[in-house]
Amino acid sequence: MNKKEKPEAENRPDNTAFTQQRLPAWQPMLSAGIVIPLFLIIGLIFIGIGVALFVTSRDLQVLEMDYTGMEQNSPCFSCSDPDQKNCKCTLDFNLDKLFEGPVFFYYALTNYFQNQRSYGVSKDDYQLSGDLDNFKDPDSTCSPYRYDSNNNPIVPCGSLANSMFNDTFKLYQLVAGTKKEVPLDGKGIAWWTDYNIKYRNPSVTPLKNAFNGTVKPLFWPRPAYELDPTDPANNGFINQDFLVWMRRAALPNFRKLYRRITEGDYSTGLPEGNYSLEISYNYPVLNFDGRKKVVFTNVSWMGGKNEFLGIAYLVIGSLCIVMSVVMLIVYAKFKFPEED
Amino acid sequence: GCQTAKREERRVRANDREYNEKFQYASNCITTSKYNIITFLPVNLFEQFQEVANTYFLFLLILQLIPQISSLSWFTTIVPLALVLSITAIKDATDDYFRHKSDNQVNNRQSQVLIRGSIQKEKWMNVRVGDIIKLENNQFVAADLLLLSSSEPHGLCYIETAELDGETNMKVRQSVSVTCELGDPNNLAAFNGEVVCEPPNNKLDRFCGTLYWKDRKYSLTNQNMLLRGCVLRNTEFCYGLVIFAGPDTKLMQNSGRTKFKRTSIDRLMNTLVLWIFCFLVCMGMILAVGNAVWEREVGSLFQSYLPWDPPVDSFIFSAFLSFWSYVIILNTVVPISLYVSVEVIRLGHSYFINWDRQMFCSQCNTAAEARTTTLNEELGQVEYIFSDKTGTLTQNIMTFNKCSINGQTYGEATDPLGPQPKKLDFTPFNSLADPNFCFYDDTLLESVKVGDCCTHEFFRLLSLCHTVMSEEKSEGELVYKAQSPDEGALVTAARNFGFVFRSRTPGTISTTEMGRPVTYALLAILDFNNIRKRMSVIVRNPEGRIRLYCKGADTMLLERLHPSNQDLMNVTSDHLNEYAADGLRTLALAYRDLSEEQWETWSERQRSAERASDCREERLAAVYEEIEQDMMLLGATAIEDKLQEGVPETIAVLSLANIKVWVLTGDKQETAVNIGYSCKMLTDDMAEVFIISGNTVQCVRQELRFVASSTVLSLYGRDKYQGDTLPFGLVINGHSLAHALEADMEAEFVSTACACKAVICCRVTPLQKAQVVELIKKHKRAVTLAVGDGANDISMIKSAHIGVGISGQEGNQAVLASDYSFSQFRFLQRLLLVHGRWSYLRMCRFLCYFFYKNFAFTMVHFWFGFFCGFSAQTVYDQYFITLYNIVYTSLPVLAMGIFDQDVPDDRSLEYPKLYEPGQLNLLFNKKEFFICIAQGIYTSVVLFFVPYAVLSDATQSSGEPLADYQTFAVTTATALVIVVSVQIALDTGYWTIINHVFIWGSLGLYFSIMLALHSPLFRIFPNQFHFVGTAQSTLLQPVVWLTIALATAICVVPVLTFRFLKLDLRPQLSDTVRYTQLVRLKKRKLAGRSAGERGWRGASTMSEGRLGARSGSRRSGYAFAHQEGFGELITSGKNMRLSSLVLGSFGSKHSSSWIDTLRRKKHPHTPTCTSGGLEKGPGML
Repeated sequence: MNKKEKPEAENRPDNTAFTQQRLPAWQPMLSAGIVIPLFLIIGLIFIGIGVALFVTSRDLQVLEMDYTGMEQNSPCFSCSDPDQKNCKCTLDFNLDKLFEGPVFFYYALTNYFQNQRSYGVSKDDYQLSGDLDNFKDPDSTCSPYRYDSNNNPIVPCGSLANSMFNDTFKLYQLVAGTKKEVPLDGKGIAWWTDYNIKYRNPSVTPLKNAFNGTVKPLFWPRPAYELDPTDPANNGFINQDFLVWMRRAALPNFRKLYRRITEGDYSTGLPEGNYSLEISYNYPVLNFDGRKKVVFTNVSWMGGKNEFLGIAYLVIGSLCIVMSVVMLIVYAKFKFPEED
Repeated sequence: GCQTAKREERRVRANDREYNEKFQYASNCITTSKYNIITFLPVNLFEQFQEVANTYFLFLLILQLIPQISSLSWFTTIVPLALVLSITAIKDATDDYFRHKSDNQVNNRQSQVLIRGSIQKEKWMNVRVGDIIKLENNQFVAADLLLLSSSEPHGLCYIETAELDGETNMKVRQSVSVTCELGDPNNLAAFNGEVVCEPPNNKLDRFCGTLYWKDRKYSLTNQNMLLRGCVLRNTEFCYGLVIFAGPDTKLMQNSGRTKFKRTSIDRLMNTLVLWIFCFLVCMGMILAVGNAVWEREVGSLFQSYLPWDPPVDSFIFSAFLSFWSYVIILNTVVPISLYVSVEVIRLGHSYFINWDRQMFCSQCNTAAEARTTTLNEELGQVEYIFSDKTGTLTQNIMTFNKCSINGQTYGEATDPLGPQPKKLDFTPFNSLADPNFCFYDDTLLESVKVGDCCTHEFFRLLSLCHTVMSEEKSEGELVYKAQSPDEGALVTAARNFGFVFRSRTPGTISTTEMGRPVTYALLAILDFNNIRKRMSVIVRNPEGRIRLYCKGADTMLLERLHPSNQDLMNVTSDHLNEYAADGLRTLALAYRDLSEEQWETWSERQRSAERASDCREERLAAVYEEIEQDMMLLGATAIEDKLQEGVPETIAVLSLANIKVWVLTGDKQETAVNIGYSCKMLTDDMAEVFIISGNTVQCVRQELRFVASSTVLSLYGRDKYQGDTLPFGLVINGHSLAHALEADMEAEFVSTACACKAVICCRVTPLQKAQVVELIKKHKRAVTLAVGDGANDISMIKSAHIGVGISGQEGNQAVLASDYSFSQFRFLQRLLLVHGRWSYLRMCRFLCYFFYKNFAFTMVHFWFGFFCGFSAQTVYDQYFITLYNIVYTSLPVLAMGIFDQDVPDDRSLEYPKLYEPGQLNLLFNKKEFFICIAQGIYTSVVLFFVPYAVLSDATQSSGEPLADYQTFAVTTATALVIVVSVQIALDTGYWTIINHVFIWGSLGLYFSIMLALHSPLFRIFPNQFHFVGTAQSTLLQPVVWLTIALATAICVVPVLTFRFLKLDLRPQLSDTVRYTQLVRLKKRKLAGRSAGERGWRGASTMSEGRLGARSGSRRSGYAFAHQEGFGELITSGKNMRLSSLVLGSFGSKHSSSWIDTLRRKKHPHTPTCTSGGLEKGPGML
């Protein structure tokens, strides 16, 4: 086929590695020499990670308490009646050893579908980024929480904002019969980008004026500019609790960060003893069979307690090791035909 | 005998535009283009939306614009759809641009039109029906013309019809006798004849019309017509009347749209897409039912926080909307990009075919061309090849190889194993010699030089008795235009041996004999036809002697010799048998002296026969027969029909690849069988070669049954599923084939023929060729490939799944109708075993992966549906959904689909068995599809539930929960991209730099695009970019990475295990070849270069698939003793050279070459049949 020494004919295709499909190439093959060691290495690495994860996770503490008030004897039973307004109940609990800090305080909801599509889109992003035009005329996605019955625009509009969680908690340590309040830190519990970039208050001072001609969401006790009476800077759309709520959960059972316990006597954790959690019970969940919980936990480098991850790593790692042994046996028995 | 219905007739009056305009005939302007600038967009879009897939996506787009349904932004569909539409539009626009260009070029050609008595230049498009136009030599005919007059006597003119029917030989056209005197423009301007003829049609060889002029009728036939597309040759000028113009011309009427061919993968893909569509609907239903239940049980209670949207008033309606919403988000299981990607891959493969230097023929300077870009992977599944003979297996180059003059044979080299004999140099002896003519036996030249009168008469005959036209561009530079290449070869031989045919007029032939110019008066040509099988000329030499020269088939000629020739005849017919046995085409030559009186009386009778109105042909034949008697034998010629290079090896390789090659030829049975042997289709290890040549239905049936019973007998006990055809050969004649193709016998014929290893059909018509192909398509459901070079192969090329055109001697009609074209038959093995195999492999791997990745991607939504209230909430960011198929995962799989190789090209030629998976359709079928789908679904389960299990309780190290929707989305998406990238890495067998760039690049692109889209920059459009800050926050979490690693491991470990075990326990041939190849490469690297290039043929494990060395012929003894005259044959130089060339590249024993020749002598067995004459074996010409 070689036409040597002939003058190159004009139509002759170029002799490049690309056109002749001879590009230098790596041609891997799943031979025993590669796969068996690979499985061994993966197995060992996974087992290593698994052990580390498992041990770390085992040392973390979690305290989870349901305060929905379903049972007669539960302290919030009376408050679970939807007709009760401004109901308060108290949940007492005991720590028999130091709960190492920093301790994180979450509220958790179950059977709550923040991940519903129509729930997620029911908000006005321009409004939330401080666009005053959308204060007057909220986006249609907000309906039915777009205008109130008097046709006043609702700010912030939409189901997502409207359904904001509004139970509040106060934690006391019972020291010698007196209630000593545990300071709860609500700063920086939302994502940095949510607080600094995504959500903006309109640049109107005082903030209240921006909301002229609008009404608060129907379920809210106070308008957005008065969400935190203690800290004027923590109001409007950049209120930390609001931001936490607006970052909707992926799954129907979720927890959201409420406060951190980092200050004063409790910076190293909650010492052993009796505690009392005072709950102002506002948020109805029983009508859709939801539950409300509070969760205290501490974290490590890998976040909160997470046993699944460690166990999964251990299982997969061991499986890899087992498979590599099986492969070795198969390979020894049915050796792939070598050359000749 | 024209029966033109009165209603449908065309009236054309010469030189009368007003009259002709009444009929509104088409003008001569042609448009093959489809669009112009204004119509392009609407027309093209309209055409594109006729594709079901495009309409489906348009429908989806409309769904997405309904806010209650829209689960995804409209741009997730419109971006890919626009991309797909614009790629197709660009392709269409480019095609149309070139059509416009060629239209313009053709329409603006100049022609000379006779307007009001003067000749004016006009563009072609302005020529009208009824105009008289003037054509000059070598010009294209502008429209379908009635020839009125020409520069040649009797209104003759010569045309070449290559563009029309692919035949390059010249044809003669003659004007009606009354018009041929209208020589000059003035007379023509006054011509007002009216032509009444049939309406436009596409029959190239038929024309019916009548010319009315001066109250007389003249009938017109195709002989009077010059069709558009022809070229005027050897005629100074001619005038013609335009009958059909532009789109009405026969050329344009013939250029119908070719049938659109689809591959079996295409059909499978369409079925699968339909299935997937049903699957999609089922998923939608399940989720809609889920939605109904959820809304009833949970959603209705949850209304305090999430009221139903205004139009939704019940869970039933909500479920209805949810169904459509899920159709939108799950539509990515049928991705838009599938069809475009498949086209892109095929286009890439087509370019590789075009670029392949090993399919480039330097002699004819043509590279292979993939004319259809949509059939490539079908090349990897071919089971039947139907090949033409002439021009395909053979070069259609005839060389004057041997001759027998007066009982003496010439043209044999003395020692076949000795050095190549030197090519004779004719130039010192004859300045007019053709330098390309090859002859090796100098005794013949000596004989001419010494003036042997028989030899001289022999070559004189060759220089006079023919129908060749000559063209002498300059002194001594002769170009012969022959009707058949045989004739050209004979006249060229005479030319080189000193009898140079210079020129001819209707009445004379001028030659140069041994340097002396001689002019003969040509008294008569007794033309050739298929019944006579001979032609004669009667000439008067300058001395006044009249002589008849005759050449023709020996069977015809030897019967008509003078009895005194008996001895010479015996010797010559021995020679003829030898030549025929060598596969040479033979002619016998004879002459007869005529006295003046004989000539006078005979020519009188000939004239009266010519004038006869009825049975003219028969009468003429009878008259010819009278004079072609008592002839004196001069000798015989033998012409070699040269095989194309590498044909036997190619056929051997193809048959090892389990591809059955059938030869369908219009040629004679003897020639076909001979070629069958010389190209190794029929071999000596065949048990039998059956010949079916019955003339009646019963006879053909009887013969077929005999063959069937013989093959079934030996089939007994063999494993049918091995696909081993038995070594039987079958030769069937055209007239028998006509019976065999009848409805009641075709099944029997197919089963019998398919039981034979080689099938040769001879004397078949173009239609029968197509019928045979259709038959196999119908009964065997196998992929067929037809290869041919001539206009007679077009029907078969068009009806086969794949048509291959050999761009050879016979014009380019076959090439134009074909899907692939190249210039050498041997390139077929590379086309199939290398390009076809790779294309199939790549396409299958591509499809498997493509379906896998889309299921893995889409099904996550399905699982998520169970946790989000079946609300059609997508798991991923909408930009990820938009870009996943077109950016993040398209390039690596395209690179694999275009560049992947499992074994190198030379290995797949070496192990033709590697071709079998394609024929058995093993790499992509419904089972493979379900495996991919299952793997995809498994992956989606892992990709959803691992993040679900890990993230539901996980928090960042700063305490913020990780189970928010956006973090979950980014984690799942990242895990998905990584898992499918690892999977493509596992699927890619050939990592070129491009694969590396695409795979790593896609991963890089994913992260950079995601980080960019999630960057604070995009807070300016808060309602479009919800994910601001998510990527940065998520990807910094170790838990997220641990989740991704875990999901990847769970997805990949089982695949790796499965593949390793499969490779180890059940290696495919390709795996073994690849493995040994790698081991060898490694060893060579270790050993350094000193080890040298050891032959690769040693691998013993593969012997079954390998193109092995041939064993010696066991049959030689039988053949050796069978027929006389073999001693001389063995010493035959030509034959030896051909055979050793054939076997040389097999790298095996040279000694078997002459045995091959002998093998052809074997009498093939034929069943006894009373009515159809028993055919003799091959070689008994």
